[in-house]
Amino acid sequence: MRPTAARLLNILVPVKRAVDYAVKIRVNPQQTGIDTNVKHSMNPFDEIAVEEAVRLRERLKDEIKSIKAITIGPSKSLETLRTALAMGADSAIHVEIPDSAPAPEPLAIAKTLKAVIEKEKEKGTGVDLVILGKQAIDDDLGLTGQMLAGLMGWSQATFASKVEVDVGGKEVLVVREIDGGSEEVRCRLPLIVTTDLRLNEPRYASLPNIMKAKKKPVEKLSATDLGVDLTPILETLKVTEPPKRVGGGKVESVDELVAKMKEAGITAA
Amino acid sequence: MGKVSWLKGSRSVGRGRGVRTESLKERDCGSLDWSDLRGPQELICYRTFSRTYATATSPHALVFLEHRQGVIDSGSLSALTAAGELGGKVSALIVGGSDHVPGVVEQAKKLKGLTTVLHSTSPQYSEPVPEILSPLLEKLLSDSSSFTHVVSATSSAAKSLLPRVAARLDVPAVSDIISLEHDAANNSTTFTRPIYAGNAIATVRAPPSVQIKFFTVRSTAFSAASVQDDAEAETQAVDPVDVPDSPSKHLKTSIAKSDRPDLGVASRVVSGGRALKDVETFATTLYPLADVLGAAVGASRAAVDAGYADNSLQVGQTGKVVAPELYMALGISGAIQHLAGMKDSKLIVAVNKASDPDAPIFQVADVGLVADLFEVVPQLIEKLKQ
Repeated sequence: MRPTAARLLNILVPVKRAVDYAVKIRVNPQQTGIDTNVKHSMNPFDEIAVEEAVRLRERLKDEIKSIKAITIGPSKSLETLRTALAMGADSAIHVEIPDSAPAPEPLAIAKTLKAVIEKEKEKGTGVDLVILGKQAIDDDLGLTGQMLAGLMGWSQATFASKVEVDVGGKEVLVVREIDGGSEEVRCRLPLIVTTDLRLNEPRYASLPNIMKAKKKPVEKLSATDLGVDLTPILETLKVTEPPKRVGGGKVESVDELVAKMKEAGITAA
Repeated sequence: MGKVSWLKGSRSVGRGRGVRTESLKERDCGSLDWSDLRGPQELICYRTFSRTYATATSPHALVFLEHRQGVIDSGSLSALTAAGELGGKVSALIVGGSDHVPGVVEQAKKLKGLTTVLHSTSPQYSEPVPEILSPLLEKLLSDSSSFTHVVSATSSAAKSLLPRVAARLDVPAVSDIISLEHDAANNSTTFTRPIYAGNAIATVRAPPSVQIKFFTVRSTAFSAASVQDDAEAETQAVDPVDVPDSPSKHLKTSIAKSDRPDLGVASRVVSGGRALKDVETFATTLYPLADVLGAAVGASRAAVDAGYADNSLQVGQTGKVVAPELYMALGISGAIQHLAGMKDSKLIVAVNKASDPDAPIFQVADVGLVADLFEVVPQLIEKLKQ
């Protein structure tokens, strides 16, 4: 246990290397997945998570003891960790999986994160706050944060658009995006937060910071080290192209536009 | 399931049929296909298989039925339809404060396809706080329950709550499905769901080893369950599980009010992008057109980020997914992330400025007009009224 006198926060930020958001993906001919020989970058929601952690430190200064980024992925995921370090994380953990391994599922990722959090606790740096993206833009599942909160038995605040941490009071005020509006919740630490797009505008890493990031420590771990099994439980039978939409072409005038709409049965209500 | 080494894990990525069979065998004999039975080893599996078959339980879905202030969410009605397609019993769970739940139960009883309406009230349940609702669901889904599936709309409340419960029960979850097929003989369920912002469709199978299959339903892919006057589902009260010291407390909710139809269920949507300039122009340009059409108003991320429209109006991968009869995209270029939220609309009409005649929106639009939307919209309103 951490001494109660030291009211310092350790933040863990899980990040994922994903196909860049601007890439138009292509399904491979074998229908087993997509062509991954394309540009990858940090999942946009995770950039927001890293940014939020760094901003918390800028606001709370010394009350934030550490910001640690973590990724679970193939060797190339190290680049993603370096990006997080360049944005302002202090150190990183890379749980490396073979390049040929299938992408682990959120439940396995959550179990891995739990194992890491427990490991950190043994080292005396108990994690108080985990900030994750609300979803990865590749699998679009949006499960990991909630699953981690469930496994840890911690409080959770999903789809956060505003986070205010009271380190001394061990409480966090979060504004969450919900269907039709927003809501405010007060959560006790330790807490899992997942980020909405609205939370912040991530910074670009400056060149000096990118250089510095190369010297920051990255701990390498394996699934075996952590005693977790990353084999997917769900079987992906195939991946296919969605039905193609045939654009109907353009019209030249508003009259033609209205005619087309009326043809389709659209008139004033 | 025992620990599987990494080697085995990577072997199951093998695309060949033989390889897949092998990985299935390692996992669960019950998931074997008849055609996979080839040698003596497989015969052993076959016996296991037939035993499973004899005791196969029929599917029983628990639908997390949401309501806001006593009105059932339309997304939940679509989730009910999806649950019905499993081919077994369908129970709904309604939670909330005692002021709204009785009315919702009365409405729910009449819903087609519902076998049982479970309800639980507690002052603590008036807002769907996951840390408070999770213990109730865990209790309902404990070992003695007959539930095989947990189903909900892909709503913000369900997305927050159900993965938490799934993890506590040590099962995976499948998000935002657009179709499903249940194989009762071996208790496996196959789902399709969009990935990569809807640019690919994945077909995934939850094998029999997943005791309770959690999934959320894309409401635009399933029709809403209808009310049937002679239907009378059995109702059953469930004791709330008290959470004396919840680590999270709900403070307040702010819902953006509007007289227009709800974006998620509207049959017509008029959407604006960055070209709308500012919040006033957004309102004065789009609202009259939406009013003429009886349409809901949506927005692109650019318009929301720029503050022209409320967050809740965002259409796209990370906002609302809509599939109305008519989707009008005004001043929206059509980024991948936006298309993900609207490309299943029946008729897509796009108006975009002359400086961007190759905007991606025109590749999906049924009717496109390259013109200044500020000139087009007033004419459109006038001509539609005629």
